[in-house]
Amino acid sequence: MITPLAPYLPLAVVLLLAGLMAMAIPQLTTRLGPKRPSAIKSSPFEAGSESSGPARQRFAVKFYVVALLFIVFDVEAVFLYPWAVNFQALGWFGYVEMLVFAATLIVGLIYVWKKGALDWES
Amino acid sequence: MNVELVLFGAFALLTLLSAGLVILARSPINSAMALVSTFFFLAGIYVLLWAHTVAVVQVLVYAGAIMVLFLFVIMLLNLGESAHRGKPTLSRILGGASAVGLLGVLGITLSRVPAQPANLGPQAQATFGTMASIGQSIFTQWLLPFEAVSLLLLVAMVGAVVVAKSRI
Repeated sequence: MITPLAPYLPLAVVLLLAGLMAMAIPQLTTRLGPKRPSAIKSSPFEAGSESSGPARQRFAVKFYVVALLFIVFDVEAVFLYPWAVNFQALGWFGYVEMLVFAATLIVGLIYVWKKGALDWES
Repeated sequence: MNVELVLFGAFALLTLLSAGLVILARSPINSAMALVSTFFFLAGIYVLLWAHTVAVVQVLVYAGAIMVLFLFVIMLLNLGESAHRGKPTLSRILGGASAVGLLGVLGITLSRVPAQPANLGPQAQATFGTMASIGQSIFTQWLLPFEAVSLLLLVAMVGAVVVAKSRI
């Protein structure tokens, strides 16, 4: 009987190892590391500077725009995979197809750029 | 015992558990994290259905990009833990009604699925659902829809800029 699982055995091994490591390393550091707590050491770490204010603050909408645009280009990249796999078989016709596809998105990129959506300081 | 059957059972159970966590978790961040694991276990079910490409795209786009967007929205709105639970608001009634409607549609569809799966033969099974075979049909048979997707993505890009950028 043919199974769809055979090529996924290495992936399963990697996932298993990653999961075991993620569980083992924090455990090892807490079990083996020395524990000499002080008031400064147990304060929340914030990139070396003293922490100020609550952790939950509203994020700027700029992050949202970048994330939305990222999804659009991510979906475009997804379409590149099946094209790249068939690149030899499709030949020049496939190349022009992908050029038309990419050109439409480059128009969008130019629009986004000109509108200043990629400028962080604005 | 069949390995695929065991894996399907495990993936299905874990998908249901994490999907339940999505709606039961108090903090929206925990809901989003449970949604990530739902997407991962769904990808496992896609693999068992021979839908290799769909599984990869599921992890790449949904568990990757879409979840980042969800987290940004949660942080953008600065949602804390939901304080008032169980109050029947209009959006909750509508949400519940649409969930019941979806359940009905899924039930009708499931009852129409033939009991015996279609036999594609070993030749079709070897290439079914792979990147190569899907690319072959996208770039020959489904060329126009593929190019239309680029227009859809363009509209999405312009829409994102118009909606979000005008308010800053």
